[in-house]
Amino acid sequence: MMRVCGQIVLRDLRLALRQGFDAFIVLMFFVITVTLFPLGVGSEPNLLARMGPGVIWVAALLSTMLSLDRLFQHDYEDGSLELLLLSPVPLELLVLAKVAAHWLLTGLPLIIVTPLLAVFMNMPVEGYGVLLLSMLLGTPVSSFIGAVGGALTLGARRGGVLVSLLILPLYIPLLIFGVSAIDAAIGGLSVRPHLLILGAMLVAAIPLATWAASASLRQACE
Amino acid sequence: MSEYFEMGGHGIYIWPAYMIATAVIVSILAHTLHTMRQRERHLDLLRRKRRGVDDGDEV
Amino acid sequence: MPEILRAKIDGNPYILPMFRFANPNRFLRIGKGIMPWSAGLSILCIGVGLYLALFVSPPDYQQKETVRIMYVHVPSAWMALFIYSSMVISSAMALIWKHPLADLIAKASAPVGTGFTIICLATGSLWGKPMWGTWWVWDARLTSVLILFFLYLGYIALNNAFDDPARGAKASAVLALVGAVNLPIIKFSVDWWNTLHQPASVTRLDVPAVHSSMLWPLLLMAFGFTFFYVTILVLRVRSEIAAAKIRNIQLAEARG
Repeated sequence: MMRVCGQIVLRDLRLALRQGFDAFIVLMFFVITVTLFPLGVGSEPNLLARMGPGVIWVAALLSTMLSLDRLFQHDYEDGSLELLLLSPVPLELLVLAKVAAHWLLTGLPLIIVTPLLAVFMNMPVEGYGVLLLSMLLGTPVSSFIGAVGGALTLGARRGGVLVSLLILPLYIPLLIFGVSAIDAAIGGLSVRPHLLILGAMLVAAIPLATWAASASLRQACE
Repeated sequence: MSEYFEMGGHGIYIWPAYMIATAVIVSILAHTLHTMRQRERHLDLLRRKRRGVDDGDEV
Repeated sequence: MPEILRAKIDGNPYILPMFRFANPNRFLRIGKGIMPWSAGLSILCIGVGLYLALFVSPPDYQQKETVRIMYVHVPSAWMALFIYSSMVISSAMALIWKHPLADLIAKASAPVGTGFTIICLATGSLWGKPMWGTWWVWDARLTSVLILFFLYLGYIALNNAFDDPARGAKASAVLALVGAVNLPIIKFSVDWWNTLHQPASVTRLDVPAVHSSMLWPLLLMAFGFTFFYVTILVLRVRSEIAAAKIRNIQLAEARG
């Protein structure tokens, strides 16, 4: 069973690497979006430093949203999703595997690029560590929530835009605590509570999002 | 009387608030009644077209 | 009653009452009986409530006359939340117990909930302007209601996004349950975010210490809105049942 999960992760990775461009586009979107902010609000260093955590987090969430297409939609369209449903492996494990693959392809690259963007936004040094930690905890959550949104909208008209309307409100707590952790670090306050809450969100998301996504996938393929 | 409507200068906020609430409630009611009547008329029409197959409730 | 339902119901004292309303025609009959009452009570409560709110109740010491906006703002906030809760419960009944009318009830409730959310936001804005000089203030309650508004819109959009209405109903039922889990988390995080960013002056749109002369119009408006919701619910479910019957006839005719 674990072998099958591993195979699914590898399959997704291989598919994505073949169309490596997709993952790269999401990364570029992330960078360009963050770049828009100094251009929009002016390059005054204090303003950028103040906005930095928020801008980076918002851009990361938007970029994750863009990449959700790859999660279930392509498999749904070419029929491989139905085949996956027929396999003896429980659907929930398959969802976990797909979310893991999605994170490796989207969340992880975003995290790697983030320090560069923190420099763009003139973030104080104290913020970098927590920035990476908060994104390390938060991007998997965004992949999980995104999986729910992606599964719900399979076969819907205007599915792509609809996903945004559905999951952006759900991203809000993630955004609030992700940014507050960084702000706390910069301000010299304790970051533990914020990171604990992010961790709690991750722990809660694993079973809940997996259930919701599986239920939606079954509905989609009925 | 006009002093009452002024509400100490705040009338310009209070009355629109009540107007908006009324407008939303009335439009929900109107829309609901409209679609309901439209659909029931359509259903009636379809049933009468199925001449003779008048089974009333079970469709 | 279908045999499957009968088999499920026999011996289970909890399911039976719920499934009493499973038959659409029975629901329609019951609804027909209820509706004149709920409509009448709604008009009565709102009428008296408005009279008390606009004429009888006293102006607040601090907020003067603008406190009258509270009599529409607060009940509509309650309704927005109450209706979402009932949507969550009906969605659970639709998904878990497969109650046939439950997703129609949820679908019918959504626009009403959205309407009350709009009323809450608009009246909140109109309350904020004389109090704090701005049309919009990122107060914890208003922000949470704004997010609730997005959740409602998402639900309605998902419901209508599929050609097959059954698929739309099931998908939005899942969404409602996901939203239910998130709602307390969102409320918690927004409350907390608000305290973080609180400017020096207090920005809570607070209900003043509630005196009986203020409590009555508040409660009456709340009850009036609730009866209005029940009335509209009956009408809309009736409308949805008609639409389902139309689809069935058209499908049967298409199959020939």
